[in-house]
Amino acid sequence: MTLTIPAQSRTPVGEPVLELRDATMRVAGRTLWSGVRLDLGAAEFTAVLGPNGVGKSTLLKAVLGLQPLASGEIRILGAPPGQSGPRVGYLPQRRSFDANLRIRGTDIVGLGLDGDRWGVPFPRPARFSAKRRAARARIAEVIELVGATAYADRPIGQCSGGEQQRLLIAQALVRRPELLLLDEPLDSLDLPNQAAVAALIGRICREEGLSVVMVAHDVNPILAYLDRVVYLAEGGAATGTPQQVITSETLTRLYGTPVEVLRTSDGRLVVVGTPEPPARHTDRHDASAAPEGTGHAAG
Amino acid sequence: MLLADAATQAAAGWSWNPLTDIDLMWSYPFMVNAFRAGTVIAVLAAAVGWFVVLRRQTFAAHTLALVGFPGASGAVLLGISAGIGYFAFCVTAAVVLALLPRAGGLRGPGGSPGGSHEGEESALTGTVQAFLLACGFLFVALYKGFLGGVNALLFGSFLGITDSQVTLLAAVAVVVLAVLAAIGRPLLFASVDEAVARARGVRTKLLSTAFLMLLGAATAEASQITGSLLVFALLVMPAATAQVLSPRPAVSLLLAVVIALAVTWLGLTAACFSVYPVGFYVTTFAFGAYVLAKLATQARPILRRAVTA
Ligand SMILES: Nc1ncnc2c1ncn2[C@@H]1O[C@H](COP(=O)(O)OP(=O)(O)OP(=O)(O)O)[C@@H](O)[C@H]1O
Ligand SMILES: [Mg+2]
Repeated sequence: MTLTIPAQSRTPVGEPVLELRDATMRVAGRTLWSGVRLDLGAAEFTAVLGPNGVGKSTLLKAVLGLQPLASGEIRILGAPPGQSGPRVGYLPQRRSFDANLRIRGTDIVGLGLDGDRWGVPFPRPARFSAKRRAARARIAEVIELVGATAYADRPIGQCSGGEQQRLLIAQALVRRPELLLLDEPLDSLDLPNQAAVAALIGRICREEGLSVVMVAHDVNPILAYLDRVVYLAEGGAATGTPQQVITSETLTRLYGTPVEVLRTSDGRLVVVGTPEPPARHTDRHDASAAPEGTGHAAG
Repeated sequence: MLLADAATQAAAGWSWNPLTDIDLMWSYPFMVNAFRAGTVIAVLAAAVGWFVVLRRQTFAAHTLALVGFPGASGAVLLGISAGIGYFAFCVTAAVVLALLPRAGGLRGPGGSPGGSHEGEESALTGTVQAFLLACGFLFVALYKGFLGGVNALLFGSFLGITDSQVTLLAAVAVVVLAVLAAIGRPLLFASVDEAVARARGVRTKLLSTAFLMLLGAATAEASQITGSLLVFALLVMPAATAQVLSPRPAVSLLLAVVIALAVTWLGLTAACFSVYPVGFYVTTFAFGAYVLAKLATQARPILRRAVTA
């Protein structure tokens, strides 16, 4: 079951940053999703939505070239998956570092910059090398960008989940990737921080021309910044703009059972009746707790 | 052969004059070789151990160390040098560990969901460990008249290290350190953040296999000073202490080497002038350093509060 709705592109694009052509994923003989079509241009923000276990994380792994498709094709920055190296930034799902890990946040971010290169695990002193000074400046800049300066020099195991998440976003951003793949980056954040990090990613996406694919359980914190939505369901998928996809009609067709999308008075979307329990859009918080900045839905 | 010079050991007397004491100590050729070997081993064990602590691979290190014991006792039984036995068994065991799915494997941040699977692996490894330890004991028993050597193999000895053994230790250490220097950065990346490292094209499986080999060689070397049961004194304790003291990779790696050298030299000196074994001293000093480091970090905020109050 596939529904593809052409998305109107906001920015003029040359070659798409990410292209999925009828992509189908099968693991252990089970079809997770099929017929996913997506054209993601520069500076566009896409959300990947769907219930637990539907294969959202697996979609990102397929884009990274870590998990092969059953059929269809993925092109990323004009090449097959797995060949784009530092041009793609990645934040895996729900990670927290061991509380006893004695490595600073700065070092974790620094590994994002040069951790894939051979050599000793620490740099020559900055004062002897211009390249090293530039690297240091870039690390400080990106840490500042995500607002993690205050705790970047603490051992990362001692940072809170949300602080670690910000540092990991900095790590994903440090090489100035053209495509950023984020797997539930808002997961361990409280509501004000969800809004703040969503705004941050939305801003970077626009200002630095970075394309973002973000897996999310709750679309509301990012709704204002979204250009595209990929909605995965058992066996199928729907892609398009949020207004096109997150509707009672589309989701009912996708799931084959009646699904209702409600719009609260402050513009938040609530999806009721998706087959897999729990209905994730409703379980996190109620309408009265809406964070600021998400009060207007896209459209 | 291992205890050939035991009589000389007790003969040395401590004078409280460091210069004459060191002169006296180094007038024994076996003592000079013990310091040479100890220095090589300390540097190697600290550098490899720094990654062991970071990667939470102490169980793998312990396994490799215990496997070394039947290797060494078997070698002695066959009339070869114990050092060869350590290397052969430790490195072979490292290969086996690398081939076992997930054994000695690394956890990324957040750990892997396969916890029970890993528990099974470690139960299997533990079973094999116990069996190999028993084999080592059998070899020792078969080699009659060598029973005193059990102590040396399990708890360490610094006696009877020959020039050629020092050369072998140094050669292996140079190779291991060179490889470690070459793969250090991606290894660190893969150790703290496996998923991202792999997504960035780092060959994490290859690195973890390579590291197990290096660990096998380092364990074999450390065993030759501390014995199979006390390898953590050089492999884990200095690195753990250093990581308590500083979260900066460069600083803590350097500190680990300094601490390992200090406890080795102090341990050898203490053992030279007393009748108690070197393994005991090295381990005790390393443990003391760890306790001091822990106390210092606990005391730091209290002191700071006292100053500001
Ligand atoms: N390599 C694999 N082998 C077998 N099954 C797999 C593999 N990878 C993923 N799966 C299965 O595929 C399904 C989708 O997994 P995935 O992690 O992509 O879900 P998700 O949509 O990200 O879920 P969540 O919302 O909980 O993060 C799960 O049922 C998982 O067990
Ligand atoms: Mg997931």
